[in-house]
Amino acid sequence: MIWGIDLLILLLVVICAIATITIKDLLSATIIFGVYSFLMCLLWAEMGAVDVAFTEATVGAGVSTILFIGTILHTSRRSKD
Amino acid sequence: MKILQERIKHTKFGESLIIETAIRIMVPFIQLFGLYVIVHGHYSPGGGFQGGVILGASFILIGLGYDFKTSLSRMQEKTNIILGNLGALLYTGVAILCALMGGLFLDYSALDKLIPMGPIEWRSFGIFLVEVGVGLAVMSIMVSLFWDLCSGGDLDEGL
Repeated sequence: MIWGIDLLILLLVVICAIATITIKDLLSATIIFGVYSFLMCLLWAEMGAVDVAFTEATVGAGVSTILFIGTILHTSRRSKD
Repeated sequence: MKILQERIKHTKFGESLIIETAIRIMVPFIQLFGLYVIVHGHYSPGGGFQGGVILGASFILIGLGYDFKTSLSRMQEKTNIILGNLGALLYTGVAILCALMGGLFLDYSALDKLIPMGPIEWRSFGIFLVEVGVGLAVMSIMVSLFWDLCSGGDLDEGL
C-alpha cells in the first residue's frame, strides 16, 4: 500500500462518481461509470484484494457496461408522455 | 486479401472486415483464458464466477461485432439453457451427494467413501467440480442477459 497512489485513485473515483450522477446524457454516464468501475478495480488490486479486483474488472467494467449500452440503445431521447 | 473479402461478403456477416477479423482472432484466446481462470481458481485469483463471466463475454463479443443471428448460431438458445441448468445441477448435485454420503452439505471429504482418493485430495477436487458448475451457470446467465436486453426480449434482432 502506497498512500500517494491510494489518494490519487480515490480522488479520481470521487470525481467519476460525481460526474456519473450529474451528467445528462445516458451514454456518457455509462462510459464514465465504466471508468469508475475500472478505477475501483485498480484500487482493489493496489490494496491487495486481487480476487475482488478481478471480479470488478470482469463484471463491473466489462459486462455491465455492455449491458447498459445495449439497454440504452432501446430508449429514446425524450419520453413520450 | 481479395479472397478474404469475397468470403466475408459471401457469408453476409456484419459491416467491418477489421473488427470481424480481430474478433475472430481474439475469441478463442478469451475462451482459453476463461477456462484457465476456472481451472486455476483454487490456486490463484479467479474462480468459477470470474471465469464464467469471461466465457460469457466471449460470446457477447461475437454478438457485438457480428450479427445477432451469428451469435445465436454459435451458441444456440436451447444449448445455452441446458448448459446453465447443468451447471446449477452440478453444484447442487455435488453438495447433496456429500450430504447423502454421510458428511455435511458441501463437505467434500465425505465423497471419499464413493471413490477412495483420500479426504484432502477430495477437498481439492470437490472445489474444482463446484467451480465448473458455477462457471457454466454464470456463462449461460451472462449470454442470455445480453441477448434478452439487446433484442428487447424477442430474440430476433439485436443491436
